[in-house]
Amino acid sequence: MSMDITEFYQTFFEEAEELLNEMEHLLLELDLDDPDNEQLNAIFRAAHSIKGGAGTFGFIVLQETTHIFENLLDRARHHELILDREIIDIFLETKDMLTDQLNAYRNQEEPDPEAFERICTTLKRIAEEKTDAGSPAPVASAPVEAPVAAGAGIRLLEIVLSKLDEDECATLTEEIALFGTVKHSEYADNTLKISLESSEPADDIEAVLCFVLDASQIAIQEAAGGAEAPVAAAAAESMKAETQAVAEEAPAAEPKGADSKASQAPASKAPAKKPGKAQSSDASLRVSTEKVDQIINLVGELVITQSMLEQTTQGLDPVVNGQLLTGMSQLQRNARDLQEAVMSIRMMQMDYVFNRFPRLVRDLASKLGKEIELVTVGKSTELDKGLIERIIDPLTHLVRNSIDHGIELPEKREAAGKNRLGKLTLSAQHQGGNILIEVSDDGAGLNRDRILAKAKSSGIPISDNISDDEVWQLIFAPGFSTAEQVTDVSGRGVGMDVVKRNIQQMGGYVEILSQYGKGSTTRIVLPLTLAILDGMSVKVGEEVFILPLGAIMESIQIKHEDINRVAGQEQVIHVRGEYLSLVELHKVFNVPDAQTDVTQGIVMIVQSDGRHFALLVDQLIGQHQVVVKNLETNYRKIPGVSAATIMGDGSVALILDVPALQRVSRDRRGSEPARAQAAVH
Amino acid sequence: MEKIMSDQHHEVKGNEFLVFRIGDEEYGIDILKVQEIRGYDGVTRIANAPEFIKGVTNLRGVIVPILDLRIKFSVGEVLYNQQTVVIVLNIADRVVGVVVDGVSDVLTLSPEQIRDAPDFGTALSSEYIMGLGSIEERMLILMDIEKMMSSSEMALMDEVAA
Repeated sequence: MSMDITEFYQTFFEEAEELLNEMEHLLLELDLDDPDNEQLNAIFRAAHSIKGGAGTFGFIVLQETTHIFENLLDRARHHELILDREIIDIFLETKDMLTDQLNAYRNQEEPDPEAFERICTTLKRIAEEKTDAGSPAPVASAPVEAPVAAGAGIRLLEIVLSKLDEDECATLTEEIALFGTVKHSEYADNTLKISLESSEPADDIEAVLCFVLDASQIAIQEAAGGAEAPVAAAAAESMKAETQAVAEEAPAAEPKGADSKASQAPASKAPAKKPGKAQSSDASLRVSTEKVDQIINLVGELVITQSMLEQTTQGLDPVVNGQLLTGMSQLQRNARDLQEAVMSIRMMQMDYVFNRFPRLVRDLASKLGKEIELVTVGKSTELDKGLIERIIDPLTHLVRNSIDHGIELPEKREAAGKNRLGKLTLSAQHQGGNILIEVSDDGAGLNRDRILAKAKSSGIPISDNISDDEVWQLIFAPGFSTAEQVTDVSGRGVGMDVVKRNIQQMGGYVEILSQYGKGSTTRIVLPLTLAILDGMSVKVGEEVFILPLGAIMESIQIKHEDINRVAGQEQVIHVRGEYLSLVELHKVFNVPDAQTDVTQGIVMIVQSDGRHFALLVDQLIGQHQVVVKNLETNYRKIPGVSAATIMGDGSVALILDVPALQRVSRDRRGSEPARAQAAVH
Repeated sequence: MEKIMSDQHHEVKGNEFLVFRIGDEEYGIDILKVQEIRGYDGVTRIANAPEFIKGVTNLRGVIVPILDLRIKFSVGEVLYNQQTVVIVLNIADRVVGVVVDGVSDVLTLSPEQIRDAPDFGTALSSEYIMGLGSIEERMLILMDIEKMMSSSEMALMDEVAA
């Protein structure tokens, strides 16, 4: 392991970012009337770890900001500072500031000094104001100077770092020297012992070392004969921690192996700090998406090779080649299991998306003077990473919409006999091979009349007895907004069409359910993953196409009398009282030698966007799980085709884009001049 | 502008060229754009694509479009057999296969051996020709294959605006 410090920058940035997000999350969850000690501690620890890291890497501004912040948090967790909404707002702002600073350092820039000044002043002001107000904190107001004082005195620390290579020692010693004066250092049996004279608290040093080493490698002890006052302070602190809250001890109850080796004096703080850290470093592994995708590709190849082999061995005599065939079936099982396991690496919890909304809702609600409670359901629902990242923007848009013109102002809600507090629900759940994500509010709901009026004024042709569902679909038209006032939140009408387009690009669709006065729900239905698809292979002429299984309702053979023509060209078929328009696949794709007689082929009833239509193919071949390969990587979009896949024999088959097929079919008919008239009807 | 142009020429002219045949004509393309050369396998036809786009094929798990320059340039006999060669190009981060009649050799041309090309007709716009190379009695048509493949007339990529 090379010890070049810049290598750890990235680790620090990533961990700090996670800590900041966690901090924001905790701040938002905090119950102001009865703050949970453990949460306060966790927030404090997050700030503390960042400060430690920032110090090591010489990010002065970040270090100073977190230092002031940390002091306030420390007092908050000791109930000297009573938290209120205003303070939380400022804390959140501070968190944003820290994120900015972090980003600045990441881009190798200096953070904005003005913003730094401003936030420091604000934080200091709180420190003064709120303390003077006197905090009748019920617990632990007596031994309070301790945490601040603890850092003041200089004392001798024994730092023992185990399991080290010799070449790491020099860098680490240098590193540690930044905290004070190294009195003595020796290296033996892979263990580095350093005596350090320092005014920094032991766990600060530990926090910094944790960025470089594993927690179990570090042991810091205060040497006997150190200055007495800080020891007493630390002891007092440890006592206080014991009496203060069981909550603080709870994390300590899950020791992470090395904790027992940790120092005696600051023991109460050190173990408490671990769980948060351990979770991020031990329980998961940071791997670049590129590597995962590479594995997925390779496994896809493996599965294809396996099915090629299988096809080859199928004709063999099972008596003579028994062993080979057993081996083949084992290979098949293993390959499938491997594929499934690898695919699951890409799955991420919806938590990742939902987590960013509490802040958004809070900020927007207070900006608009609304009172909104955010409820999230199904946080642990998993979704492919590629999709999860792309769902954020559309979802953000929907949430903004709900807040801005879904949920009414508190007075209006009361007048309507509703609870002042509006409720916004974000939910995610699996349904078959799909994931269902809903944004629902108990606000005013969509106004049918206003949408219709707006549609008429923008020249969208509509009939008078149009169904509600169709009315709601109108708001997805480009440039459509019914907001009375265009605000900077929403109402410009750029959005819903983009939302719809984005979702469709992901292979999903959007539905709206709304009841005037009661609220509305926007439902997004997405496939679980983009990389693998359950499909039905169908043959048209000599060509094979894959039809996504999710789109297929049924396949039937129809009789002559069930076929009708509309306007001479468009064919509709009659299935159980329903008339469905017929799309002939061979016409869409110009396939030669295909079955043109509808009664001789197979008619697949397919659905897209909630509408059904019929698709004529020659025959069904079978059901497969296919690996989706992007066509646009090397070629371009083909109308009516969403992607391609590689079949068992190594050939390429195109995957049909069901929602687009009907349109492509119309376009093709429309482009034939002689028939243009008929298509317009 | 002129300076840039001449710089480009200079850089290009020092390169090695892969020489291939289409009908009786010999063409040269920058060897660095060539990923590999392989035989012609079955392709999956793409509906409603220009005629010279034969379809897509599976190149070790990657879907690669295959186009036939013989059809594009309306030269040579369009036959697909054991001798048919596909030059797999790597252009602007995309992989494209090109069917030609045969690959002959790799040549290094010095700047003196390269002449400016006269204006041509329609099949191969002179826009895509970097020059004509002459080696003894042979004449090579040096193509700017990257520029040609990226052009909208090859219909390989989506329009930027789309």
